Order: sequence, then structure tokens, then C-alpha cells
Amino acid sequence: MLTLGIESSCDETSAAVVRDGREILANVISSQASLHRRYGGVVPEIASRRHLETLLPALEEALQGAGVSLAEIDLLAVTVGPGLLGALLVGVAAAKALAFCRGIPLVPVNHLAGHIYANFLGESPPEFPFLCLVVSGGHSDLVLVRGHGDFRILGRTRDDAAGEAFDKVARSLGLGYPGGAALDRLAGRGEAGRYSFTCARLEPGSLDFSFSGIKTAVLRVLKPLDPVELDRQSPHIARSFQESVVEVLVEKTMAAALREGVRTVALAGGVAANSALRGRMAEAAARLSLGLVYPSPVLCTDNAAMIASAGTFLFPLIGPAGLDLEASAGLPLESPLRGPRPEISQ
Amino acid sequence: MKVTSKSPEETERMGAALGRLLAPGDLVCLSGGLGAGKTCLARGIAAGLGIREGIRSPSYTLINEHRGGRIPLYHMDFYRLADPVELEEIGLQDYLEGEGIVLMEWPEAAYQLLPGERLEITLEPVEDREASRRIMAQAAGDRFERLLRDWAGAC
Repeated sequence: MLTLGIESSCDETSAAVVRDGREILANVISSQASLHRRYGGVVPEIASRRHLETLLPALEEALQGAGVSLAEIDLLAVTVGPGLLGALLVGVAAAKALAFCRGIPLVPVNHLAGHIYANFLGESPPEFPFLCLVVSGGHSDLVLVRGHGDFRILGRTRDDAAGEAFDKVARSLGLGYPGGAALDRLAGRGEAGRYSFTCARLEPGSLDFSFSGIKTAVLRVLKPLDPVELDRQSPHIARSFQESVVEVLVEKTMAAALREGVRTVALAGGVAANSALRGRMAEAAARLSLGLVYPSPVLCTDNAAMIASAGTFLFPLIGPAGLDLEASAGLPLESPLRGPRPEISQ
Repeated sequence: MKVTSKSPEETERMGAALGRLLAPGDLVCLSGGLGAGKTCLARGIAAGLGIREGIRSPSYTLINEHRGGRIPLYHMDFYRLADPVELEEIGLQDYLEGEGIVLMEWPEAAYQLLPGERLEITLEPVEDREASRRIMAQAAGDRFERLLRDWAGAC
């Protein structure tokens, strides 16, 4: 079974061809990060205009790279939300047009489900039930995955997402946008324990996160520093900040895994590429004899291969979408995406 | 109005007092640097409107809609935006002309597009007092001057 995936929810325009939901034949990602760097963030209108310009070339390149023609594609999978509405619309419109003119079934995919399914594109996919920590610029969710499409959110951020805290601290350290990877590298040169930042733990037993307080604490430390001192201290500050965020992510992930009795933990989303998070999570999982899987760094970022994978596994549950399929900016992960179409929100 | 909140909880309570007074079509801008407490005050305002769901930072999503309260709340955050032209594309005008309440963090990028009548709230940290925040509010237009008086009375 060959699935053509389309992803355009935020920065990247991506098209991919995946066989049987597991094997990537082509995964073309056309990043807008350099364009956005000038603006210090994702600018929605630019995002949608660029998606328009880059989607068709990306689709052609993906088919060519996979060595298949559109006639051989069995299934189309497209991200319908959550994301920026204007950006999502471009991918959804393209997918509907292809589905209509080539008679290929179309399956809607939740972007977060896509991130989780990036783990099925590796050597050893996680076995159900497993716990997935989805950490990105917009999300910090602990998700119990009991079977295909069976998602239950156990914890989430109450204020800023982990990736957002990384980006805001990175920007304040002068690391530009997107700053997560640069902050990870800077922290690698820093000394642990020079600063002590802590993340809020919330009430006992809660699996929710809060990253707003630590962001404020870091900024408070940065404010009085002159440029020379900032330069000297920033690796240590980055290190302490990162360790503290990673610590709480690991702690709550392990607590959730124990509470739910799962044997496997998975990571997903952009922050899952963070080296400290991977390292600490591996140590903790080993201590508790839990299996740990995470996608390769490129599959942690937004990409269409993960959407194709999720679409392949979820199609038997969801069935084909009609041409009335709509993008939904605030689509919840637990929305079944079947029967009545997802609620439209602007 | 100029008051000092001694804790995030107090900031939320002040927000809730404002939330209870808001009416359809109101525009409230929240200014202040990173970590000044804007989202904290927003959480209180949402609670005052009877919204029970979680209020998260909209920095990444730009607009979060909350419809579970007495009036719809459009919680916006333009931290990542630089050009007001982009705001037209995300339908800002439709929200401003709608029946809900527009609550805007980082409104600076949108000033050219905003009506003059609005409530402006600025939050800033207080030196040497980690949890405290100075909260300053200004109103333009009859509706918002009345709102500010009522809020000051309720705080």
C-alpha cells in the first residue's frame, strides 16, 4: 500500500511517499525557517503564500524520488489540524483536488497523531499500549496510546509549551529563531549547577506542565547582565534552563508510564530532537526497565512521512473523507475524525 | 488605575473581577515584557467570564478561541508577528467586529488596525519583589472609561 502524505500546518511544506505506513520512499521537506528567521517567528500569511508556491514542486519531487506515479498511489493523507488555518487550507485543498481528479481515497490526519506515528517509521515501532510525550513549539502533551487511533491525553501544559519556552529563552539569549537546536548546542558548552532554575511541579499527582515560571526566572537573571557578561554566562544559563525543563519532562513521563503500567515510552515533536532530553529519558527508562523509542531528528520536525504513516494506520478506522473536508485550526487530538466531519474553527 | 499585585493568584483575582464586567465587543490589550504576567491576567479574565477550560499561551497558535463562557473570548498573542499586514490575513478585523471579547497580548504589531476605543493594561515586574507586578490601566471611550471605573472599584 502506497500512501502520499501532505503536511502544511506551520513552517514546513512537505510531501512524502510511504509504503505500508512503515517504509519511507521519499520525504521532501521544504522549510520556511530561513524566511521566518527575519521576522522572528512564523508569519501566517507568508506561511500560506509559501506553502502555495512550494507544495506542487514538493509533491512532484516526492513522487519522483519514490520512483512512483500518481496512478500507483493507493491513499492520500493530509494534515487537517491543529495549526495555522491559512497554512492548513493549502494542503487540504491540494489533497482534495488530487483525491477528486484521480479518484484516490483521502484520509484526514491530526498533526499530533502524525508526530506520534513518526515512531512507526523507525526500526522498531512501539508496541501498544505505550506512552508518548509530544513536545513541540505548540504542545507539551503526555498521551496514552492504547491502540491505533486510541489517544488519551493524561497531561498537558497549563501555560507555555516546552518548545515555546525554549524559543523564547533562546531569543532572549540572542540565538535567533528557531532557537531550540541552538540552545541545545549552547547548553552543551555550559556547566551544570552554575544557576538553579526550577520548573513548577503543580499539585501532587498532576501530569500537567507549566513552563511560564521558569521562562520568567531566566529572563530575570538575564536582565541585569551586560553584553560581555551575557556572552560569558549564556552557556551556563542555557544548560541550567534546559536541564530543568528536561528533568520535569522526564519525571512526569516516567510517573505517567508507571501509573498506566505501560512498558514502552515514545518521544515525538520538535523538542524530541533535543540531545539532553533523549539522554535523560534513556537513563530513566533504563532504570525502570522501560523500552524507549524516538524518531530520527528529521522525523521529529514537521514532515509528511509521519502524516502518511498515521493516515495508513488510521484509514481502516476513519474511512475516506468527503470533499467537504475542512481544516480545523484548533483540532483536538482526541477528536475521532470520523462520522460527522471535524468542527470548523477559525 | 495603577495597582500592585503581590502574587500570580492576586493577578488572577484581579483578572476575574475584570472578566465579570466585560461585555460583547470589548477590546482589551495586555502589554508588558516576557514573563510580566499577561497570560496570568488573561487566565483570570477567562475565569471571570465563566470559562472553565485551560488558558494556554497563544504565542504559537496566535489565536485561541474559548466559547465555554458567558461571552466568546478570543485570546490573541502577536509576540511572533512583525508586520501588521499579516494580521489582516488571519481575520483580525472579523474578530474585532464580532460579538466576542478580543483579549490581545503583544498588541504592538496590531495598533494601526485597532479602534481607538479600548482598555489598555500594562504589566511590569516590581524591582526586588519576584512575585509582584505593577498593573496599570488606561481607557479610551465612554464604554471603556466606565469599565475601568467599575473594575477599579471591584479590585
